[in-house]
Amino acid sequence: MHQGGDCMSKFEGRKIYKGRAEGEALVTSEDISFYGGCEPDTGVIVEKGHELEGKSVAGKILVFPSGKGSTVGSYVLFALKKAGLAPLAIINKETDPVVAVGSIISEIPTIDHIDVSKIKTGQKLVVDAGLGVVSIVE
Amino acid sequence: MLDGKHGKAARKAMEIITALGEIYGAKRLIPVSSVQIAGVSYHNLGEAGLEYLSDMAEDGQTRVLTTLNPAGMDLTEWKKHGISENFARNQERVVDAFLKMGVIATCTCTPYLIGNLPHYGEHIAWAESSAVCFANSVIGALTNREGGPSALASALTGRTAEYGFHLQENRIAQVRYNVEAMIENTDDFGLLGQVIGTRTKKAIPYITGVANATSEQLKSFCASVATYGGVALFHMEALTPNRTPVPDKTEVITQDELDAARGQLDDADAEIDFISLGCPHASIKEIAGIAKMLEGKKVAKEKTVWITTAKPTKDLAVKMGYYDTIEKAGAFLVSDACCAVAPLKGRFKGLLTDSAKACFYARGKNSFKTKIRTIEECIKEAIA
Repeated sequence: MHQGGDCMSKFEGRKIYKGRAEGEALVTSEDISFYGGCEPDTGVIVEKGHELEGKSVAGKILVFPSGKGSTVGSYVLFALKKAGLAPLAIINKETDPVVAVGSIISEIPTIDHIDVSKIKTGQKLVVDAGLGVVSIVE
Repeated sequence: MLDGKHGKAARKAMEIITALGEIYGAKRLIPVSSVQIAGVSYHNLGEAGLEYLSDMAEDGQTRVLTTLNPAGMDLTEWKKHGISENFARNQERVVDAFLKMGVIATCTCTPYLIGNLPHYGEHIAWAESSAVCFANSVIGALTNREGGPSALASALTGRTAEYGFHLQENRIAQVRYNVEAMIENTDDFGLLGQVIGTRTKKAIPYITGVANATSEQLKSFCASVATYGGVALFHMEALTPNRTPVPDKTEVITQDELDAARGQLDDADAEIDFISLGCPHASIKEIAGIAKMLEGKKVAKEKTVWITTAKPTKDLAVKMGYYDTIEKAGAFLVSDACCAVAPLKGRFKGLLTDSAKACFYARGKNSFKTKIRTIEECIKEAIA
């Protein structure tokens, strides 16, 4: 893991669900409703007017402030995982119960209490959710 | 349970409960004595939700009294309501998974009418926003607004994290609403819920000016105030049991506002071909009243009438002869399901109902036009 002098690129938050992941960030400043807002069989965000409309969350490290909307959203994350279309990890400012429960049942590494505005789409991240740490490595 | 000694499902369930406790800063877990699970209709769950439930059912067993929310169809008479064979099979798989876990597999949004009735001060873990509101406010039990998986987690562990509405300090009224409008029937109570729900945001309402209310009217109010405002707890002067200081801040609810709320739910161009009563599920008293109105009458050919209720209530209606009266008139007494979670999209154009909540889902999920009236007016329109 990246340490030492490059401390601006390492953030410490809170573990929601454990696990490690490495991948490309997909970032939005808008909350996400997985139920109705994300297609369970494609991973594509379909909420009209959403910053990520038309983009797929599959295989990304998904960075967003918080979840919103129906509790059925937890099952959408589970569906994505089963279809191999889930995000590799989730990073939030404040994880809401719908996403928290979704991460736990789908075993997606998730941390919150991260200033998500510091992360940009396309950056390469390393997440160790058990330690509550995310690092920008590229 | 976290170490897996009680099985895989119990471990996963405990992970959910403890994670929620950590997120909300709960100091400890507490026992719950009753659970109501939402996320039962296959229409909402889909294959993924069903897969999760089947996984949990491998070794999961309920530890407390647990009941289920409405399914997407009447579990016995679905065929005559136009539900497809394929949907029925999938819906049965969902109910079977719950049955395997020891859940009382009768599907209703009014568990308190069929034997899942907590008492004042009892800690419970309920999903189903209307029932949460009824339990907290009308009964005086204590529950957060659980989701499907977190309610199931409480069923399998008998525990919840102590935060939110489980703590007395979070149950104190914050805004007083003095009702000057005439509130008489279930539709009025629904509209009042819509007005207060839309206005109050997160503030807990203390409602004055409502002289009396039946349980049926309160369940209509609960459904609406929860749908339009996410309200999980309110106080109604002289009608609800929780003790709270009366807030200084008072707002007035006028007749104009109630009329405007009705105007919002009444589509001028609504072409009514579907009449649905029983959102939340009809009580035996409501069914008796509706049977009387339908006695010797015939539902108009181009209209479909659903009266939705819990299966035990339907059984009672069969015994009392209400079922025969209703079905002879050409209406359907539908158990287990409701017009909000059944796969009805594309089947109808306009819904007439006494429920403000039903209007919300008819519009959002099924793209129906809507109209809200009293039960009597709905039946009159059905047989016109």
